[in-house]
Amino acid sequence: MGDKIRTLSQAVAEFIPDGAHIALGGFTMQRHPMALVRELVRQRRRGLVVYGHSPGIDLDLLIGAGAVRRIEIAYVGDEMFVSPGRNFRRALEEGTIEFEDYSNFGATLRLVAGAMGLPFIPTRTMLGSDMVERWAFSAAERSADAKAAKQKLAWMDCPFTGERVVLLPAANPDVAVIHAQMVGEQGTVRLLGQTFADEFMAAAARRVIVTAEQVVAEDFIRRNPEQNCIPFFRVDAIVPVPFGAHPTACHGAYDYDPQHYALYAEAARQGGEAFAAYLDEWVFGPEDPWSYLERIGGTQKLCELKADPALGYSPEVHRR
Amino acid sequence: MTTYTTAELMVTRAAKEIGDGEVVFVGTGLPMIAAMLAKRTHAPHSVIVFEAGTVDSALLHLPASVGDSRCVYGASTCGGLFDVFALLLQRGFIDVGFLGGAQVDRYGNLNSTVIGDYLQPQVRLPGSGGAGDIACLSKRTVVIMRHERRRFVERVDYRTSPGWVDGPGGRERAGLGRGGPAAVITNMAVLQFDEVSRQMVLASHHPGVSLEDIRANTGFPLETAGATETEPPLAAEIQLLHEAIDPEGLFLRG
Repeated sequence: MGDKIRTLSQAVAEFIPDGAHIALGGFTMQRHPMALVRELVRQRRRGLVVYGHSPGIDLDLLIGAGAVRRIEIAYVGDEMFVSPGRNFRRALEEGTIEFEDYSNFGATLRLVAGAMGLPFIPTRTMLGSDMVERWAFSAAERSADAKAAKQKLAWMDCPFTGERVVLLPAANPDVAVIHAQMVGEQGTVRLLGQTFADEFMAAAARRVIVTAEQVVAEDFIRRNPEQNCIPFFRVDAIVPVPFGAHPTACHGAYDYDPQHYALYAEAARQGGEAFAAYLDEWVFGPEDPWSYLERIGGTQKLCELKADPALGYSPEVHRR
Repeated sequence: MTTYTTAELMVTRAAKEIGDGEVVFVGTGLPMIAAMLAKRTHAPHSVIVFEAGTVDSALLHLPASVGDSRCVYGASTCGGLFDVFALLLQRGFIDVGFLGGAQVDRYGNLNSTVIGDYLQPQVRLPGSGGAGDIACLSKRTVVIMRHERRRFVERVDYRTSPGWVDGPGGRERAGLGRGGPAAVITNMAVLQFDEVSRQMVLASHHPGVSLEDIRANTGFPLETAGATETEPPLAAEIQLLHEAIDPEGLFLRG
């Protein structure tokens, strides 16, 4: 095995200090690096700044555990399961975290600019929206944070055509964490299904952690390089963690877990002691990733969630 | 006589907004069901696009999110947000986009961000997601939402998704080169926009809903002259919804 292999505990300790600016892969209820998110909570990280487009339970869990200082995102929710995340909602209603709203395209373009090594990127989106007019994260707070963009956005008339465009500042997180179905032992990443903005998150970030269902021989993953999306040398740490996206789905491997979502949603709705009890049971309680999988229902549950290879998901999952 | 729920009436009516061969940008829930119904009825050549990265999915099973693996099956292409937002939506290839919101005003501006003050909210909502992008960059949009006085307001608390902005010429002044809302489909009525004033007008009321009910649930003046009754769903449409599109009752639960 390569020298990039880490445990969850090692990867978090080595690459994600308090106050880090991070991006987490996935979208709503698909392929979030949940095992690493739980490890961030176990190591009691504080002051994280999180960039994203449409996160879900990953960000909501971090906010509920008190790990987050600021979010720069477009949407928080898991659509039919948890919309919006109640910890997210409570934090913004009570003013306990800083935030800035972009659209999904805008949030993605900030990562695209960061990925291309550009300081900003023009777009036609968000014109006429309060996302252009209303800024949440104040100029004073921005100037106090060396890693923050100096302002939320700007706009100008195109020097060539005169058309109005919005200018979005690049996002370059310190660390991107991507959950992949497969990674080569030197770090080459293969994502199955929708890629969301994961490849841009990885390209924009200074460091990249990949948690993976399977770590395979590098020469195996290189037999079909056109299917790979992150080159090996951009990956700093590889964490093998089967079912590491649970309770979110991992295309081609397993589906989302509606029963776990339901109990999360109830704990997050109640907050306080109920959410603390959730963390005790599901984050602090399990001694390792294997005992977490036992707790969610063990072999029978995992087989229920296991994807039908003809579909990429499990038609057996009970969604009501 | 066909029996149907209000939600079923809404999706069958919404499906009619999709023309055959059009490229349709839809989100989770009723818009997804409307687009799936259109594809199985009058618009078999329409193309369904999901913001998380898939184009023309086969949709054997109803997705619970646009990021669901169920969006991938049978798709023409499968990529990410950039592929759909930049290369299709911003490039100008989306004919109709579907939107929802917690509040709408007479010009079809939508709020899905916050109720109350932006910085000190009474209720914080999920945020734009792709809605603001769809509103800005589609050739036209269709809104599906509940018809209540607290939702049909004089002024939205936050303009997440621009409609006709502040009336005639509003989109042009904002720098938007195309688009704008074409219809609002609610649990009570179908509303359209006057081509001159850009204000919402009543196009049809659903069977059993009176003009008084609609006015009482609309927080701004509404022109109702010329309104007809909404066509009820056909039995074959209801059968498709129950048996093929949402047999689990995920979004059309009784």
